Amino acid sequence: METRNETPFTSGTYSAQGQGPHHFHSIDHDPDDIWGDSRVVVNIGPTHPAMHGALRMVAKVNGETIEQSYCEFGFTHRAKEKLGENRTYHQFIVYSDRLNYCSALINNVAYAMSVERLLGVSVPERCVWIRMIASEMARVIDHLVCVGIGAVDIGAFSFFLYGFHQREEAYTLIEKLCGARLTTSYTRIGGLAGDAPVGWEDEVKAWVKKTRECLDEMDSLLTGNKIWLQRTVGVARFSKEDCLKYSFTGPCARAAGIDIDLRRDAPYLVYDKVEFDVPIAQNGDVFDRYLVRMEEIRQSLNIIQQCAERMKPGPVWADDKRTRIPDKEVVHNTMEGLIHHFKFFMTGFDVPEGEAYTTVEAANGELGFYICSKGGPKAHRMRIRGPSVYHFQALSPMSQGGLIADMVAALGSINIIAGELDR
Amino acid sequence: MDINTPVATIYGGNYDKYIDTWKKQVAEVQAKFGGAIEEVRMPREFPTEVPILYVKKESIIAVLDYLRGAPGLEYGFLADLTATDEEIDPRFEVVYQLLSHTNMARIRVKVRLKDGEEIPTATKLWEAANWPEREVYDMFGITFTGHPHPRRILMDERWVGHPLRKDYPLRGYQIFPDTPAPKPEYLEKGDR
Repeated sequence: METRNETPFTSGTYSAQGQGPHHFHSIDHDPDDIWGDSRVVVNIGPTHPAMHGALRMVAKVNGETIEQSYCEFGFTHRAKEKLGENRTYHQFIVYSDRLNYCSALINNVAYAMSVERLLGVSVPERCVWIRMIASEMARVIDHLVCVGIGAVDIGAFSFFLYGFHQREEAYTLIEKLCGARLTTSYTRIGGLAGDAPVGWEDEVKAWVKKTRECLDEMDSLLTGNKIWLQRTVGVARFSKEDCLKYSFTGPCARAAGIDIDLRRDAPYLVYDKVEFDVPIAQNGDVFDRYLVRMEEIRQSLNIIQQCAERMKPGPVWADDKRTRIPDKEVVHNTMEGLIHHFKFFMTGFDVPEGEAYTTVEAANGELGFYICSKGGPKAHRMRIRGPSVYHFQALSPMSQGGLIADMVAALGSINIIAGELDR
Repeated sequence: MDINTPVATIYGGNYDKYIDTWKKQVAEVQAKFGGAIEEVRMPREFPTEVPILYVKKESIIAVLDYLRGAPGLEYGFLADLTATDEEIDPRFEVVYQLLSHTNMARIRVKVRLKDGEEIPTATKLWEAANWPEREVYDMFGITFTGHPHPRRILMDERWVGHPLRKDYPLRGYQIFPDTPAPKPEYLEKGDR
């Protein structure tokens, strides 16, 4: 080999020296070989179609088997925690969407709840029902994306299209709520951006019915498929003990037999007033994570159905002067309203001193906001605990000894969302 | 009204449910470790939703291990690990959020650290502490003694400074034109 870089291999991207793309080469022919005979170090990512988002895995492979690997992330780090200390509580709502952008509504609800907790503001009944429907819809969307994209990674394309159709239908319903499809920013501290339109509940019920049918179709298409089983059963297995050591939460923990769901065990909103089951599996492999997610979609649809049946007309805003955004009619017609509006958006409202770690069961697991307030309109510390951080940490041990293709399946099954991971 | 909407307070619905358990547990930990527990902040007395134990940094691993395994406590789940910059002396607080899967109670353990002080790593108790500790190092510059891979995690390895310190400016951009090449030596060290 005529020219050789100082490192035994280089990344697949264009190098800074402008020498053009490098190729990964086998180190067999390398006189300074440090890996032995047939080991190759492969760099996957940060921009690789099989890695969900900008993630990188560097793996030492023997043939196609991963022997040793490490992961890197942070390529889309947007300093959300720093921004949380420099924006008012109201301004931070839009940043909470961009955490797990597949289920933005859950993040909105979780963030609003955590600030309301510090303020001591209770939201009215209709607001709670809408927030629950929104959360569960977001969970359905997130799980549909997860199982759909996970199947695409493995090669089952049409399965994904069935799910994505229902996902788009759900986005249309969400669009009717708040005007946006992906980055919703729907909740406000102490309320919602707007009430659900007239007849929205009926559309939700119709969507639930259709999604149930669609799920049965998806189930019959993939669950018993021989190729699917061969690619998922026993792949990337992570035992119950390992899951506890690595702080797994959500569907990935339940797939390994850890019977925990914050909606049931530490109820928030009114999850203790609706009926649903928590699906548990035992093996903790890709297939069990798929099964748990499919069943959770059904349970979420049950919850949505119950909420849509029980919700009644009423106010969606908490009756609290501090957090209530004044109505436009008042703002445009009275001086007091205009001043209130101006003060609300320019200065923000004060949150009393205190600290609380508020958690919700997000689609991927425990999503926590640890907010420390020293008084004033901005947080002293805004820590976001995203489940993806803890799941991605386990990708290397999980995929050790498996094939590269199995690593891709594992990555799809633990549903890493780069927005939540990098924050 | 169909339901009673939950009354939002900082304590949530947990205060009445867990306060007796917490009192018993905190008394037990205080009796066991004595002077190693600097301060205890109980909910209602302080604006916090769960008890906070302030522990001396020398004893933090022993206290965490006891909380994790002792019967009746069983805070075996590390929900989160982070830090705060308090801008006073001692400057930093390292925060451990623990959860008990047996009774679903939470507790918070804190360690006060001066600028430049080190704290022992919790990775021997929980593998999960690995990346959060790296993040705390990255964001606050707190070093964890005995950490297997003490290096940055979110920021680029060429980054100067620690962004979540209060004296770091909000727009303290540092632009790098390229992605650093992977480091095979990390593989040798068993990094992940």
